[in-house]
Amino acid sequence: MRNASTLALRGRLIRLAGSGTIATLMLLLVALWLVFAITIGDRFFSVNTLQSMAFQMPELGILSLAMMLALLSGGLNLSIIATANLSGLTIAFLLTHYIPGTQGIAWAGVQVLAIAAGFAVAALVGLVNGFVIAYLGVSPILATLGTMTLCKGLAIGLTRGNVISGFPEPIVFIGNGTVLGVPFALIVLALCALPVALMLNATPFGARVYMIGSNEKATRYSGVDTRAVLLKLYVLSSLLAGVAAVVMLARFNSANAAYGESYLLVTILAAVLGGVDPFGGFGKVGGLLLALIILQVISSAFNLLNLSQFLTLAIWGGILIAVAAVPHLGGKAPR
Amino acid sequence: MTTFLEMSGISKRFGGVHALRDVDLTLEVGEVHCLVGENGSGKSTLIKIISGVEAPEAGGRIVISGKEYPKLSPVYSTHCGIQVIYQDLSLFSNLTVVENIAMAHHLGGVHTVNWSSMRAVAVATMAKVGIEVDPETKVSELSIAGRQLVAICRALAADAKLIIMDEPTASLTRHEVNTLIKLVSDLKRSGICVVFVSHRLDEVLEIAERVTVLRDGAKVGTFAAATMDGSKLSHLMTGKAFEYQKQVPDPAVGAVVLEVQGLGRDGDYDDVNLQLRAGEVVGLTGLLGSGRTELALSLFGMNPPDRGTMALDGNRIALNTNADAIRRGIAYVSEDRLTLGLILDQSITSNITLTVLERLAGAFGLIGARARQSHVARWVAELGIRISDPNNPVKTLSGGNQQRVVLAKWMATNPRVLILDSPTVGVDIGAKDGIYEIIRRLAREGVAVLMISDEIPEVLYHSHRVLVMREGRLTTDVMAADTSEDALRQAVNA
Amino acid sequence: MPESRFASFGRFRRSHEFWLLIVILVLCASLGAANGQFLTMQNLFDLLTSYAFVGILALGLLVVLIAGGIDISFTATASVAQYVTLTVANAYGANWICVFAIAIGIGGALGALNAIFIQKLRIPSIIVSVATLNIFYGLLIFFTGGKYIYSLPDWFATGIFWFEFDWGKDTSYGVNLQILALGFSFLFTWLLLNRSNIGRQIYAMGGNTDAAQRLGFHVFGLNMLVYCYMGVMAGIASLVQAQLAQSVAPTVLVGKELDVVAAVVLGGASLMGGVGTVFGTFLGLALLAILQNGIILLGVSSYWSPFFVGLVILISVSATAWSQRERRTRSARP
Repeated sequence: MRNASTLALRGRLIRLAGSGTIATLMLLLVALWLVFAITIGDRFFSVNTLQSMAFQMPELGILSLAMMLALLSGGLNLSIIATANLSGLTIAFLLTHYIPGTQGIAWAGVQVLAIAAGFAVAALVGLVNGFVIAYLGVSPILATLGTMTLCKGLAIGLTRGNVISGFPEPIVFIGNGTVLGVPFALIVLALCALPVALMLNATPFGARVYMIGSNEKATRYSGVDTRAVLLKLYVLSSLLAGVAAVVMLARFNSANAAYGESYLLVTILAAVLGGVDPFGGFGKVGGLLLALIILQVISSAFNLLNLSQFLTLAIWGGILIAVAAVPHLGGKAPR
Repeated sequence: MTTFLEMSGISKRFGGVHALRDVDLTLEVGEVHCLVGENGSGKSTLIKIISGVEAPEAGGRIVISGKEYPKLSPVYSTHCGIQVIYQDLSLFSNLTVVENIAMAHHLGGVHTVNWSSMRAVAVATMAKVGIEVDPETKVSELSIAGRQLVAICRALAADAKLIIMDEPTASLTRHEVNTLIKLVSDLKRSGICVVFVSHRLDEVLEIAERVTVLRDGAKVGTFAAATMDGSKLSHLMTGKAFEYQKQVPDPAVGAVVLEVQGLGRDGDYDDVNLQLRAGEVVGLTGLLGSGRTELALSLFGMNPPDRGTMALDGNRIALNTNADAIRRGIAYVSEDRLTLGLILDQSITSNITLTVLERLAGAFGLIGARARQSHVARWVAELGIRISDPNNPVKTLSGGNQQRVVLAKWMATNPRVLILDSPTVGVDIGAKDGIYEIIRRLAREGVAVLMISDEIPEVLYHSHRVLVMREGRLTTDVMAADTSEDALRQAVNA
Repeated sequence: MPESRFASFGRFRRSHEFWLLIVILVLCASLGAANGQFLTMQNLFDLLTSYAFVGILALGLLVVLIAGGIDISFTATASVAQYVTLTVANAYGANWICVFAIAIGIGGALGALNAIFIQKLRIPSIIVSVATLNIFYGLLIFFTGGKYIYSLPDWFATGIFWFEFDWGKDTSYGVNLQILALGFSFLFTWLLLNRSNIGRQIYAMGGNTDAAQRLGFHVFGLNMLVYCYMGVMAGIASLVQAQLAQSVAPTVLVGKELDVVAAVVLGGASLMGGVGTVFGTFLGLALLAILQNGIILLGVSSYWSPFFVGLVILISVSATAWSQRERRTRSARP
């Protein structure tokens, strides 16, 4: 009896190491930390550096979760940034035009409503994506390209490219405040990542998402309403973009139609680096988070080394190619 | 008769596995030759070697039309007149019939397209083969039989001297099979050698002059078709005397579970009346195109009928989705296990639990690892599935074990009606018994089983009752004990 | 027996291009009625000139889509080609043939890089092109600092003006560099896709890659050709744009991918591969140009232009997907 359970435990631990992915990522992280410690030295380990990393990561993390969901189902969501911006602008508009006074119930109420409105906009975009992809059968790349243009177009049309800024304190706190030393935004990320992880690993819905990503037709033949699952998934993906919108507008204390466009590449990179199969069906939130930490470490190091942001972009592109190529260079079996 | 192709001492290794061991093969000009063997016998490897896609190990000799070829490549073999028509036909459905037939014109360096000469070639071969389709039609608009004829035209247009057809009758109706057989005789008369690879032993014997049997990578022998019959062939293929034994379960049969009256769906089937009783195994056979799979899908809620009624336990039901059907206890095991029955890249656990996810969920709608594990363990034990780790992808299992996984997936839904579509296809003859045992057990437990199959003996010897479908109608409904293989064959093929 | 005219017209009537043509004619008529400026020679001439950039790129993308791939890094490729070519031309002097040769060379090389990553490393093409977009663009701005180039060689700035003719009072019309390049690209792409066997192989490969491989098509070679072609078009388009804008602006082109994708997708090309025509792309381009021009002429702020483009893309791809669905379920029942 005992032998069987020790074997099972061992098996479970090995599986936790993520069939290689999570273990590899941890190793990579440690290696990077060492390299940067040696080359950059003290500055790298300062509390400042760690804190600034902790502030920048959440919005990217939430957006990466949004991208990951689409990737798992065998698709792609190119509209997440545009959705976030449109949603953010909605919130910003309500906050700057309808806010009564500087305190009181109405004041607090409008803020909550504004955020809810932002979520509603994001959910609506998600519905359009989901409907067009699941019920009309349009390719996810094309569909989300369309909604991306639509959202960005709407945002630019309404704001003419202008920035809306100046939000009440509680909102600003979301992006810049800390709770016991931990940035509130990081807590928001955790509040998103944990339920998503739980949903993917332990709910019927999550199980279906993975199966659809690997073979949609067979999943349908097994009695799953794949169209409903995909619709819900794209709504969730866009809702996450909405949450990211709140964090972004809070951190910058402003909203704009063109923020964060360079993030699109990084979210795909984080997903693929984190073990998400670009063809669908495989990937875990844990891997994604580790990948994000790695990318954040690299990004901060680049900052400290005063590397041009454009060079950084190019390097991200190179890393994405390298990471996406690895499964075919003798690692995992190629798909 | 002159020899077209002579191969000797052909071996092939993939890693440590011997796919072929010292095989000889001789093909005469203008003969019709069949190649048979179980999965893994080396048939496809042999074909790949003939067509130049794979090279044999050193020591193998290939002589085509008197010329020896130490190395064959796809280009060389096409040059020698060897054409393979794969099971998926390898046509370009986005292009027209003309372009597909004359596709060889596009090869060879860079040059302009000569549309008129391509059209001429296409029209000429179409006349030879006897298709009457507008040559400018896109292949995507043709039926499967039509596409197959286009594939044959393409082979002819490429000056084929040897045409190898891989499972050509898998998706054809009887009428279309007859057309194909006649076409093969015409080809033979023009001096073209035709090699047929098929697992349908009846057809093999009907059409072949000689049959080569492969087993475990080695050639068992080449025999004149006239001296062979189905059971001798399958004995040679498996090395065992496999006799379909009458193994019908106990005839204790219960009440009617599913009743269907006047069911019809335009273009698929019509006027179907059917009763499935608890504990009864009903075998349904008929050629493809007879409407059997379409009927099964209708019973499963995936192909809503246009007229007629369905009743479960006497109550009228209308199924709009397969989820409806599953909820009411109707389950369907697809004939296409690899693309519809299983999700190959995903784990055994994921596949088995896919149908019962809500049931495994505990508090807060969450599924615990232990719930998954015990569900899988239970079914692995109950159905005797041989696995090493339930987290391995299901594609690592053998055909027989894969089919058990599919059965486990569906049996877990506690079906009252289980529809099995060609349940032993792709399962080695040795493993078929295991599947039949599971079917018997299902019947014992009171499930109404509808078993659809191509193989008349399979249907006859494992069912209580046998139904035959022809061209969309149920033409026979008879107790298995009251009929015979020949009678059924007649009913199917008449 | 040659195909009857009736049959071929019937086939056209059922095609995507036919419906597109109807929509365009209706749009032209309404716009022409609503605004006198629309159907003038000046306007149409200007439209052709300003949409040459998008049009040439659309042809490159069309070929990639037909082959079954996708590329959105072409704006970065164009930016690099533009910058390097004109820097060299300014520094060493050159002529038309020279600059086009350099731009085509650079474009082709960057396209080849895409092909290698996609084929040899077996990464999905969308991911490769998102990556290379950032690599090319990032490196370009890093090395150049994003500086604009305003001084161009005189001969380049003057451009060309062939077949001049007069129409109306003051203005004269003729074939300028943009229209010449656009026309040439259309012609060449049409010849490639319809008259050369390589073009037909591309269609075949896009329709069924496995079958193409089995038949002995050189799949890697074809892919290489296709992505290089896209790069070459990007190179040509980049010069056309530089001449029009009379400057080289390395940061301005990236972001225009959507217009190009819109033109090709509106024209009926499919992301699945094997489907798409030059005529369709022309119509898609025309529709895009008319839409955006119409918005301006009707007095709507050009800030709204991307919104309408997005809307039209969504409607168009939805309609295509829906009609494909209908056709599939219809053919399932004989």
